[in-house]
Amino acid sequence: MSTLVATSAPEARSSQGFRFAMLLPGALVTFLLILFALGLVLFLAFRGNDGSLLGAGFTVANFVTVVSDPLYWTVTLRSLIIAALVTLATVVTAYPVAYYLAFHAGRRRGLLLFLVTLPFWTSYLLRVFAWKIVLAYNGVLNSALIESGIWSEPTLAFLNTPTAVVVTLAHAYAPFAILPIYVALDTIPKSLIEAASDLGARPFTSFRRVVLPNSMPGVLAAALVVFVPTVGDYVTPALVGGPASTMIGTLIQAQFGKANDWPFGAALSVAVMLVILCVVLVARFADRRFGSRT
Amino acid sequence: MSARTQYSGRWLGVYVVAYLIFLYLPVLLIPLFSFNNSIQAAFPLQGFTLQWYATLFGNSALTGALLNSLVIGVIAATGATLCGITVSYMDLYGRSPLAATISAIARLPILIPGVIVGISLLILINLIGLGPSRIAIVLGHILVALPTTVVIMRSRFAAIPKTVREAALDLGASDWMTFRRVMLPLSLPAIVSAFMLAFLISFDEFIVVFFLAGTEPTLPLYIWSQLRFPKSLPTVMALGTSILAVSFVIAAAAEILRHRGLSATAPKSADPSQPKQTKRGELQWHST
Repeated sequence: MSTLVATSAPEARSSQGFRFAMLLPGALVTFLLILFALGLVLFLAFRGNDGSLLGAGFTVANFVTVVSDPLYWTVTLRSLIIAALVTLATVVTAYPVAYYLAFHAGRRRGLLLFLVTLPFWTSYLLRVFAWKIVLAYNGVLNSALIESGIWSEPTLAFLNTPTAVVVTLAHAYAPFAILPIYVALDTIPKSLIEAASDLGARPFTSFRRVVLPNSMPGVLAAALVVFVPTVGDYVTPALVGGPASTMIGTLIQAQFGKANDWPFGAALSVAVMLVILCVVLVARFADRRFGSRT
Repeated sequence: MSARTQYSGRWLGVYVVAYLIFLYLPVLLIPLFSFNNSIQAAFPLQGFTLQWYATLFGNSALTGALLNSLVIGVIAATGATLCGITVSYMDLYGRSPLAATISAIARLPILIPGVIVGISLLILINLIGLGPSRIAIVLGHILVALPTTVVIMRSRFAAIPKTVREAALDLGASDWMTFRRVMLPLSLPAIVSAFMLAFLISFDEFIVVFFLAGTEPTLPLYIWSQLRFPKSLPTVMALGTSILAVSFVIAAAAEILRHRGLSATAPKSADPSQPKQTKRGELQWHST
């Protein structure tokens, strides 16, 4: 130990240099690109729009508009409902897959994990585009239904509906939900489940009382990673949603584009982040309440 | 009991197959119709053709976008991997609250919708006088890929037995030497994997790049601009098929590399002081 204490000064200096060099890239990116950039959004949200980059004067008018104009309540509520439905659909459909992976997959587990993660790395734009050609008036679904004699006329009812947005987003974010649930299920000690069945619990009871509560942290993490990107999405509403499914992301994008009111767009962004913060806090609370581990 | 589990397992197996079909079928329609001799993506199929692929060649706007995407992808992936390595290494071994804070913030973009990441960077790049440009896109993509590279590198460094690093330090290697000669070589498969996945993220990214691109679009932006014209639908499908094929190959290689590297040096016994580690090294996005 004494030799370590007696290390020479240059070595200590090189250690200092090492620490500095290793911390620098991460510090630059996180503090400048994340924290400072988000700080700019918050700052801009309290400025008036005079066409300049950082606006003029201090004002809360942007937030007053967000809160008082019923349009923004409607769109925010719609975004929340769509995101909630997408989250529910992805988590509920992903759970059995994660369960199978954790308890039944056996030697096929590696292959199956690979197959469910692969779409995760393919283009999001192309996955949404695929649904556009499926749901279009002269698209895949309509033509397949007519070809098979089920329907005689193509219908407009598929594309440009909020339902189309929910289905498309649920498909696009499906791979996000499986992994966190699988990880949570996989780390449940097998002895716990055996103990339940030894004590006479039927399979369903042991699932309800042991497996499900223990997997709740994974379920909540999955819900969060699906909910956050969907609530702010603007691509899917634009491609398959039509005017009736304008979401809050669409409005933010418009403020920085055609509408050209950056401070107001920043205020909308802050409002979205506050909503997400509330959801995260609720999830944290639920995790503490129902997550029996930790 | 066991027969019953077997039985329910079989039904679950059927469900998983159906789920995988749902996952892949819509995406696989793009290649299917890219070979179809019709301007519309509809049944019945009109016969096999390669003409839509032929339209991809000699299209200078497309070639420009492709080159742009490749250059941006390589630079952004390099930056994101470098940050992922340093951030996760210092988080695990730096023993400083600053390093832990940086690591936590680096994973924060998962909790921010892409549209907000996009507009916050748009404000920033205008403020520092850069404006929408390729450099702006690179910065944006480093940010988008950062959580992935941090999570991959963190689980990799955590899987290397602590004793290896301690042995190097005890034998008199400096911090830098230990990092460069011991820890980096041991985590090389994960580094390559992180780089490839970061490249894919940048190559396919649309939501953030939409705000940051100047006059030179990337490939997803080019596709977006073509979606307005019904006539270019088959060309988009041919292009999409090519992109999907490249993505599948790179993602498959990256995943295989990551798992192979992990199993090679996974610690034999569980060390309670190490971060939670799953059997196959699945990505832990959230520490709930």
